[in-house]
Amino acid sequence: MNLTRDRVVSPILFAIASFSITALFVIGVFIFVEGLPVMLRVGVWKFIGSSEWLPLEGKFGILAMIVGSITVAVGTLVVAVPLGVGCAVYLSEFASKRAVAIIKPSIELLFAIPSVVYGFIGVLFIVPFMREHFGGDGHGFNIVTASFVLGIMVLPVIVGISVDALQAVPKVYRDGSLALGATQWQTTTMVTLKAARSGILAGVILGMANAIGETMAVIMVVGNAVVMPNSPLDSVRTLTGNIALEMGYATGDHRQALFATGVVLLVMIMMLNTLTRYVTRKRVARQ
Amino acid sequence: MTRVHPKTKEFIAKMALRGIAAVVILTLVSIVGYVIVKGVAVIDLKFLFGQPRSMGREGGVFPFIVSSIYITVISLAVSIPLGLGSAIYLTEYRAEGWATKVIRFGIDCLAGIPSIVLGLFGFSFFVKFLHLSWSLLSGGLTVSLMILPFIIRSSEEAIRAVPQSYREVAFAAGGTKWQSVTRVVLPCALPGVMTGIILAIGKCVGETASVIFTAGTSLRTPQSVFDSGRTLAIHFYLLVRETGASDMAYGSAATLLIAILSVNFTAYYLMRRFLRRVS
Amino acid sequence: MVVLSLTAVGLGLSGCGKRPSQGRTLRIVGSTSVFPFAELLAEAYRDVRPDIVVDVQAGGSTVGVVSAKDGICDIGTSSRELRPEEKEGLTRIEIARDGIAVIVHPGNTIDELTSDQVRDIYAGKITHWRQVGGADADIAMVTREEGSGTRGAFEEIVMGKTRISPRALVQDSNGSIREAVATSPNAIGYVSVALVNAKVKALAVDGEAPTEEHLESGAYKVMRPFLFLVKGAPEGETQKFIDFVLSADGQKVLKAEGLLSPSKQ
Repeated sequence: MNLTRDRVVSPILFAIASFSITALFVIGVFIFVEGLPVMLRVGVWKFIGSSEWLPLEGKFGILAMIVGSITVAVGTLVVAVPLGVGCAVYLSEFASKRAVAIIKPSIELLFAIPSVVYGFIGVLFIVPFMREHFGGDGHGFNIVTASFVLGIMVLPVIVGISVDALQAVPKVYRDGSLALGATQWQTTTMVTLKAARSGILAGVILGMANAIGETMAVIMVVGNAVVMPNSPLDSVRTLTGNIALEMGYATGDHRQALFATGVVLLVMIMMLNTLTRYVTRKRVARQ
Repeated sequence: MTRVHPKTKEFIAKMALRGIAAVVILTLVSIVGYVIVKGVAVIDLKFLFGQPRSMGREGGVFPFIVSSIYITVISLAVSIPLGLGSAIYLTEYRAEGWATKVIRFGIDCLAGIPSIVLGLFGFSFFVKFLHLSWSLLSGGLTVSLMILPFIIRSSEEAIRAVPQSYREVAFAAGGTKWQSVTRVVLPCALPGVMTGIILAIGKCVGETASVIFTAGTSLRTPQSVFDSGRTLAIHFYLLVRETGASDMAYGSAATLLIAILSVNFTAYYLMRRFLRRVS
Repeated sequence: MVVLSLTAVGLGLSGCGKRPSQGRTLRIVGSTSVFPFAELLAEAYRDVRPDIVVDVQAGGSTVGVVSAKDGICDIGTSSRELRPEEKEGLTRIEIARDGIAVIVHPGNTIDELTSDQVRDIYAGKITHWRQVGGADADIAMVTREEGSGTRGAFEEIVMGKTRISPRALVQDSNGSIREAVATSPNAIGYVSVALVNAKVKALAVDGEAPTEEHLESGAYKVMRPFLFLVKGAPEGETQKFIDFVLSADGQKVLKAEGLLSPSKQ
């Protein structure tokens, strides 16, 4: 009797486990089905390559928003990577046990702060700061502002993953380097960091994916103008922001175009995912 | 050019790193601290249990707390069985191979889907296709998709941490696979699994993009899962949008943060106990 | 176990909320501009008919029109006039009129503009405050998103055939435009007259300030209707709610917020 149960349980659990991939499939199908018609009608290259987004006139070109999303993501990394990796190095290699015991959990606790709170702080402090000190277009809603806001937001992710990656480097690496007479700093830069490189890179890519996928916080601070940016002080619109802003009002073609934007987002994220796997696979192969 | 002595370099580097870490921590802590400090003044029993008045510019946030709880419960009710089941299967029942690779790929991709795209899907699938309309049910189901990968990953980690010897003892005592899982592995992994679930609660509560198109923005206290409701996080977003840095906005944010932080703190505490027990 | 206790808490808490005995729910969906006023009306209606639950969703004027047509809701709301192709099958009830004010930062030296100037600013032809007699700074235009009823009305009345420049900053509600303008010395935006407060300055357009009497008389031209849209003819509870909204009590609520009574037709 017990063995029968075992035989029954296994396929049930398999079905449960397959749910994730099934769900992914269904999601993909739904978004594609809603979005593909308009993409094909406008022409895929024109959809991705044109920066004219005039939905009420039937013009659907999302290039400006692709560029918007990418520049904001890059800006986020510029802010978050030095700070995040630096902090991780400190925590993993140089901090005292007590410091780590206090700091690491604090950063992890902060991991679940809702993104809207970051957007709020951005509107409250960073936007006026940018407006007063960096002039630009005189309003403070631009790529740099968004980069700061998102950069702070992805810090816990990057710090967490980088610390794990650094901790995963076998102690013998460090010991060997120190035995050869290197200072701790030299060891860190020339040995440990290099060894943890792929793990940290995976964390960075994850941070980038998070930045691209973020919506609410970005809408609040980035200005949402549909233009190709000429400078970091320009306002842009991200792909996610476009969906959120116009979804409530869109009908027919317009709505399909927003789903198509979703398709593009999915593709971008999958590319980043694949990149992560490639990066981490290299490390496994090397060892 | 004179060479800088490595020891000097190290000293500078250490200082710089310490500075960086300080900046990071101070930034994060001051954000949380600022919001909580400004918002705590607004929070009292009337705020927590009162109804919103005048489009939410005054009064309380009770309906939003209820909606948030509904959504959290629904998404947990769906994703815990699915997530735990998947994790058990991946660790206990199937050796690493073709099938698990595909499943893991699915999980990773699901994890990477932007919340707004999930909101789009939720709108088109739950709200329209399944005719659930704007409801807490639609919202909860959508959010469950968001947290599912997270629960799978943390459950997997917890299960893997259970020493192999435990399982061997179970088999030696004559148990089947399923018995070994339910009576030995799971109870042992429970704190770790719970930690993952509790952390997922924090994420549920903070979700906005996937909820705003599925659960709606109604100001009413929901009476059932088929009602529409506004979660506290969405209410906060709308308040900031309409009223800027108002008292109500700070109060809502502070409530959110305090709730999430206490939940996460509990998780952390449980995790410590789990680690201490296993090692 | 955590799930069970949370469920218990949740169900218990929801029991504490007001519960209509055999309540009917009136579903109202539509414009974000109308949304706050519909909520106020729902609150007021609760005193008159506590057994009716009025559920208001924002989503946009276009969503309001489409939802009304599809019969997904009882009443769809819109903050712009219906397009000819949308009119079929819908009963159009004007519940109020709302002016659209052009606003700037209170510290801005400008007090008035012509509608041509406003149009050229938003078209991107006038880019500097000096060009209209103001300070030495670039103009930061703020607009609503495409498809917004408020934007649609603004485009129809002020812009005419000219497109709003894509360089304009986009905010997703009246309130957020007001907040953006209130905090940016060089910004210009447009919002519902009812939402103008001390944080921003409303400009006179073509010599007429957006005061109540100028709006009533039609001297201030930038105005749009708030509409209730019902599929077919309204009946039962829907009709009763509409009657309430059009009655003196309902109109009092709207007037208190700065809206105008519907035009006499």
